[in-house]
Amino acid sequence: MASHRDLPVGLVNQLFSNTGSSSFTEFLSSYAPQLLPQRDEVLATPIGDQVPHATTIVAATFAGGVIMAGDRRATSGNIISQRDVQKVFRTDDYSCMGIAGTASTGLEFARLFRVELEHYEKLEGRTMSVAGKANRLATMIRGNLAMAMQGLVVVPLFAAYDPDRDEGRIFSYDVAGGPYERERFDAIGSGSIFARGSLKKLYRDGASADDMTMTLIQALYDAADDDSATGGPDVTRKIWPIVGVIDADGFRCLTDEQVAGYVERMLDARMISPDGPIAPLR
Amino acid sequence: MSMPFGYASPEQIMRDKADYARKGIARGRSVVVLQYVDGILFVAPNPSRALHKISEIYDRIGFAAVGRYNEFEELRLGGIRYADINGYTYDRSDVTGRGLANLYASNLGRIFTESIKSLEVEVVVAEVGETADGDAIYRLTFDGSVFDEHGFAAMGGQAEAVAGRLKERYRESMSLADALEVALAALTEPGGERPPVGQLEVAVLDRNREHRKFLRLTGARLERLLAQTPAQPASSSEAAPPSSGGKATPPPTGPDGDVDDGSSPL
Repeated sequence: MASHRDLPVGLVNQLFSNTGSSSFTEFLSSYAPQLLPQRDEVLATPIGDQVPHATTIVAATFAGGVIMAGDRRATSGNIISQRDVQKVFRTDDYSCMGIAGTASTGLEFARLFRVELEHYEKLEGRTMSVAGKANRLATMIRGNLAMAMQGLVVVPLFAAYDPDRDEGRIFSYDVAGGPYERERFDAIGSGSIFARGSLKKLYRDGASADDMTMTLIQALYDAADDDSATGGPDVTRKIWPIVGVIDADGFRCLTDEQVAGYVERMLDARMISPDGPIAPLR
Repeated sequence: MSMPFGYASPEQIMRDKADYARKGIARGRSVVVLQYVDGILFVAPNPSRALHKISEIYDRIGFAAVGRYNEFEELRLGGIRYADINGYTYDRSDVTGRGLANLYASNLGRIFTESIKSLEVEVVVAEVGETADGDAIYRLTFDGSVFDEHGFAAMGGQAEAVAGRLKERYRESMSLADALEVALAALTEPGGERPPVGQLEVAVLDRNREHRKFLRLTGARLERLLAQTPAQPASSSEAAPPSSGGKATPPPTGPDGDVDDGSSPL
């Protein structure tokens, strides 16, 4: 970095020079590019199978908000690398994101994205629009494309409460960016096909937060049932899915006791009917 | 044959700069920052809703300023960049008010000595701790001096008079409503009229909040709070002096001393 003698009078460092943008990522790329999650070097060999992968995240809207839930398993190839990993993150008061794919890169994205939203809010004195947040995340994911091609794939799922519409919104992404706004529900990660199938049958328009939480717990169980990389509720170790609820009051994470309640009710029912609730035929 | 044209001694230059800055700051209205039981309260009479004098810097750190808006706005933005960079590089708990105060001090000091015009600003960096002992209020003047204030700080137009009234009324562990009452009493000249609710900028750093402690108090919330303030401000101001006189609270380090104009050899 330039010494302060090379800078305009009075500037000790670039912190005080106006970059003309309220984006933290853009500021970081000029001030300390080494801190960005992007990597320039090309890997000699894809290492996708050797680093922990985060798996299934599900999200669905309910009347006046949105809920996101994630299982707790991280895998490296056929090994379970962590049983209690956290994959759903609060990004600001009214939004959260879940990550699937390379866990470490995903964590970095979540951390950077949180600062990005907060930075804008503090500089501009207003909260970024939901579409703005979704677009910002798309740009960050796009920047990771080169690494994704070498196996370090990260795909997030973004959920936010939109105060202008008084409803929850869900955005999904692919390795090249996005965002794709999803109606009603979506899922990402290795178990997402099974979770989406389950949600398709169990989703009810205008359901309460309580019912929708149960629906998501069911969907995660269905994903874990058929996908080896998705972890089911760990009853012996008392490791439960992470459930984040966002409504007009903001983001809140359900406590372990609350989630345990849903899980126990679901397991009791599945003792009788192992495949879970049966959707009506007509 | 004589001194070159336009020569002025360094002492003269520093004094002129300091006088210039002080005059600029004295034109503005005052801002008051004080501790209350749950954290730190900022109060500023401010007719503008868009141009803030009080702002959030980071989770536990707030910022208040008086003087030229464009100049302290630059400081505010720089402070936010500093805090976000450090919080992102290390951990959110590694961003401290002291670090930010030092950054501002070195920047203000450098501008004061190197540029023709010093910044016409005075800044408070306040940090709320887990307990009242962890709270910190740093007041920085245009020349980069840092004052570690205890309990309260006043700056701006009538800073000395406001600080005097504040010192009379300030008590430790006040409720939010009481602290607001004390701040408003300090900001109002004796016999003067209080600024209407619409022209007040009020914010707190509340240690009981989750994640980000900074909260602006506006609209109905502020009106409710003002309604809670003690009904007779006159009697509370009478009651305050003996209690503050009886307590062995250390005197504030700021408003009493001379402002460093660079004339001191230290």
